[in-house]
Amino acid sequence: MEPLDQELDEAELEMPTEPMLLNVGPAHPAMHGTVRCVMELSGEIIERVDVQVGYLHRGFEKMCERGTWTQVFPYVDRCNYVSPMLNNVGFALACEKMLGVTVPERCQWYRMILGELARMSDHLTCDGAMAMELGAFTPFLWMIKAREMIWDLMEEETGARLTHSFGRVGGMASPPTEHLKENARAVVAHILTVIEECEKLLLGNRIFLDRLEGVGVISQADAVSLGWTGPCLRATGIPYDVRKASPYLKYGEVDFDVPVGSASDCFDRFMVRLAEMRQSARIIEQCCQRMADSGPVNVTDPRIILPPKDEVYSTIEGTIQHFKIVMEGLKLPAGEVYSYSEGGNGELGFYLVSDGSGTPYRVRIRPPCFLITAGLERVITGAMMADVVPSFGSLNMIGGECDR
Amino acid sequence: MSKALIDLIKKNFGAAVLETHSLYGDDTIVVEAAAWREVARFLRDTPQCSMDMLTDLTAVDYPEREPRFEIVAHFYSLSKGHRLRLKTRTGDSEGDEAEVDSLTELWASANWMEREVFDMFGVIFKNHPDLRRILMYPEFEGHPLRKDYPADKIQPLIAYRDVPNIEKVAPFSVDEGMSFGRQTHASSRRDDSQVN
Repeated sequence: MEPLDQELDEAELEMPTEPMLLNVGPAHPAMHGTVRCVMELSGEIIERVDVQVGYLHRGFEKMCERGTWTQVFPYVDRCNYVSPMLNNVGFALACEKMLGVTVPERCQWYRMILGELARMSDHLTCDGAMAMELGAFTPFLWMIKAREMIWDLMEEETGARLTHSFGRVGGMASPPTEHLKENARAVVAHILTVIEECEKLLLGNRIFLDRLEGVGVISQADAVSLGWTGPCLRATGIPYDVRKASPYLKYGEVDFDVPVGSASDCFDRFMVRLAEMRQSARIIEQCCQRMADSGPVNVTDPRIILPPKDEVYSTIEGTIQHFKIVMEGLKLPAGEVYSYSEGGNGELGFYLVSDGSGTPYRVRIRPPCFLITAGLERVITGAMMADVVPSFGSLNMIGGECDR
Repeated sequence: MSKALIDLIKKNFGAAVLETHSLYGDDTIVVEAAAWREVARFLRDTPQCSMDMLTDLTAVDYPEREPRFEIVAHFYSLSKGHRLRLKTRTGDSEGDEAEVDSLTELWASANWMEREVFDMFGVIFKNHPDLRRILMYPEFEGHPLRKDYPADKIQPLIAYRDVPNIEKVAPFSVDEGMSFGRQTHASSRRDDSQVN
């Protein structure tokens, strides 16, 4: 054994000056989603970083080109799997823009209620996960429990907790259940309590605040140039919300505010999401008040919507109609369209190209968090290693949507 | 409203504008590939346009057409609230020589979206700072969103690296994928050398 008190040459004691290369992810607990950051560290400062996505790429855009337009719904479900209803509705809106149809009023309110609930679930997940990654486990559990209530409601409405595939071109797969409004109000009331309790837990916590405030700052100009949308853009102070800027469904008729931040740091992104949940609650309440209890949900055009099952089995028209839609797919007119709606992370766009057959020629999903993740490099370069966790958490990267 | 934009572009780039339409209310301009970046710069810098956001950039493959690829960009102006779709066409029927200028220096969002188009369609963006595959891995062969790429094609396995005296080494090296390390595409190397 070597003696412990051996004489060391002065030169050997020098600190290594080479930057250290560190891999974070793709299977790192703080990288919720599958993303890999290759960092070049000098001490604890990140000098260069290469953000690599694509680990969850499943080739959805390619697969969409093989089926019918209706068969795209399950794929968009699995894009942002925390708020799949928003994707469903976004895609349905894009197809409806091409067909030139508008769904009945009752369906529009219905879509808004489910969509806003999905948005709440998205924000609950993001804020909860952010808190958990900084060591606050309780808010995470509370928020996920609240999210579970949303998913119970979704299950009641659609039959599936998570991947509903519930949207249809020209309507929804089934009409709202009898207890929708009652359930929605109960869930929203519970979520508002949870938000309040979590605020009490977190916003008076020195450690939590210190790790968020002034961390992960991005300038307004950078955020716009990077194509950021949604809560991350609004945290920089730009009140751009698709629901306000170009209202779709009935968003022009309901009363809600667009919360904005000012410092564009992680804390603002956290707070914008909290505030947006409260606005969603307001929207849901107004929708519940204005949605009719009965009335048509789907458009009546037989070329778009499947006939009722009893007609399929008892009338020749119904059988043919059903056969045509299922076998050939509904036919979108040839052309191209870009339709956009406010997803959980920002502007969720669909660029569709149709050649007039029943099969999509090209379905391009414009994922909001692909561009937000592209900005991660700019956000964390020059920051400390420990700041990566809250910065990445506050961007709310959803692997399925980013990589498709 | 954006009709005015189409007229403005036509006035300034009359020769380069191939066609325009406003199908489903989406104003669209198709320009020559050579004018791609200049038109984009005009859209960003002219006060009447002030397109401060490049919301989307993608491509569509029409294998029976020549030029084969259509590059599609969607712009949005936060201050004016208007949108515009700008398209260009490039590439021969084999999919080679599909080249357009990169918009990365105009909008930072172009960086990753151009990498994705390169990855999925094999379109080369000239002067892109870091043209690598983004969703696929570096060893992937072909460009999956091309219409002639079979959806059920099986990719070859990646060989283990050959290092003496060690039986198995992971197929990636220490600096795998670093923008400042290994480069995966010959053309991006070529572009680098041109820049330097």
